[in-house]
Amino acid sequence: MVQFTDVFKSYENGTKALKGVNFQIADGEFVFIVGPSGSGKTTVIKLITGEIAPTDGTVNINGFDLGTIKFSKLPYLRRTLGVVFQDFRLIEDKTVYENVAFAMRVVGSSNKEIRRRVPYVLELVGLDTRMHRRPQELSGGEQQRVAIARALVNNPSIIIADEPTGNLDPARSLEIMLLLEKINELGTTVLVVTHEKGLVNSFSKRVIAIDGGRVISDGMDGYYNYETK
Amino acid sequence: MSFASICVIIACLIIMGSFALLALNVNSIIKTLESENQILAYVDENLSESEARALQSQIEQVANVKSAQFVSRDDAMKSFVSTYDDQSLFDGLDSSVLRHRYIIYLDDIAKMADTQQALVNVQGIAKVSAHLEIGRGFVRVRNIVSAVSLVLVIILFVISLFIMSNTIKLTTFERRDEIAIMKMVGATSGFIRWPFVIEGLILGSIGSLSAYLIQWGVYKLVSDDVIAASGLSFVKALPFATIAAPMLGAFLAVGLGVGIIGSLVAIRNYLKV
Repeated sequence: MVQFTDVFKSYENGTKALKGVNFQIADGEFVFIVGPSGSGKTTVIKLITGEIAPTDGTVNINGFDLGTIKFSKLPYLRRTLGVVFQDFRLIEDKTVYENVAFAMRVVGSSNKEIRRRVPYVLELVGLDTRMHRRPQELSGGEQQRVAIARALVNNPSIIIADEPTGNLDPARSLEIMLLLEKINELGTTVLVVTHEKGLVNSFSKRVIAIDGGRVISDGMDGYYNYETK
Repeated sequence: MSFASICVIIACLIIMGSFALLALNVNSIIKTLESENQILAYVDENLSESEARALQSQIEQVANVKSAQFVSRDDAMKSFVSTYDDQSLFDGLDSSVLRHRYIIYLDDIAKMADTQQALVNVQGIAKVSAHLEIGRGFVRVRNIVSAVSLVLVIILFVISLFIMSNTIKLTTFERRDEIAIMKMVGATSGFIRWPFVIEGLILGSIGSLSAYLIQWGVYKLVSDDVIAASGLSFVKALPFATIAAPMLGAFLAVGLGVGIIGSLVAIRNYLKV
């Protein structure tokens, strides 16, 4: 569960990134967070992942209060999340299998668990036949699938995708979104941060629109009808 | 870069070790000289031999006096005459021209002047002869060597730390993407940190062990040459075997310390997020 209650965030340079943001995302939801550049979307993601702390207000993620959480507890919060980035962020000298297994190794999973889980997740994202390839041998869409598999392999309760289709063509973008929808149907909460209006409007999902650090709209109608001022 | 880091550690440790060995040897020589450096306290010529001998306990109670050895005028005469080849030159010379005396050995050569003054004040002692300048010279040399060694050790330690830290920083920079992913998926700081600490430990160990072996060889060569060149009986190098274990311990401590601290400093910024 994700809960933002009167959240304010100001940076050291004086920028007021968020000005009283309120929303709640229940388990199992699929939510788009949309808005133009500089609206505060990235700040929302950074708050959820614990990269920064709120200046005021409360951010509660899966029972962790991000305003008071100890630094040593952050890894345990992040194990409940899976993050997918626009630029994939794969390790170039590791194979697809090793990239995904890496995420399990760093949290202490046994080799037996890794051998069981990694092939399953790669099959889920449709890359079971590409396990032994390296990232540079894959297309953009395939690399993003690997990134999704890595985000998924530790069975997180929330997948956060930050502009996951930013480097992909429309066809691949749709494939990725369909994959994320499929993951959501299996029970994982999915947050997709994007500014791609067309993509959002293709899906009937909840849309939270942010601009100028405030929530402009929060609707279940699944339509990105917010226009940049 | 790792090779360069090891070489810097070796160089720094050898310089540190060399100065430490120099300081140890100077201290050892000074201690030898202290034990041989004597003050001569001449007894008043009006006192009999038994009265002169009775002064021994008073003399030994003076601060900084380690021991006092009584030499009668007869023994002094015999000792004096024995230094000459033709002893017949001194036939008929009465030992009463000499005084009874005490050969006094000190604990601390730095306090020679004070001790000399205290001995003069002992009732029955007519005159005290001490080579103050030699004593002060020894102390000056010891203080200079100790101070220079300490300063060098500190400077070289800091330099080694800096080089090691930069080496590990390069490694962490090369692996920054991997570190970021590890943090993203929930790796603890300890899990991220330990491979770099191990790397620092390995570099530090290799550097310190290599430096130790080189230091041993250099010391053996230099100490033999120095002793042969000096021609001075009191200049003796400490056997390396007597200092081998503490030296190895010190080298390992410095090498491992540099490795661990350097790597912790290098990785620190990457763990803040």
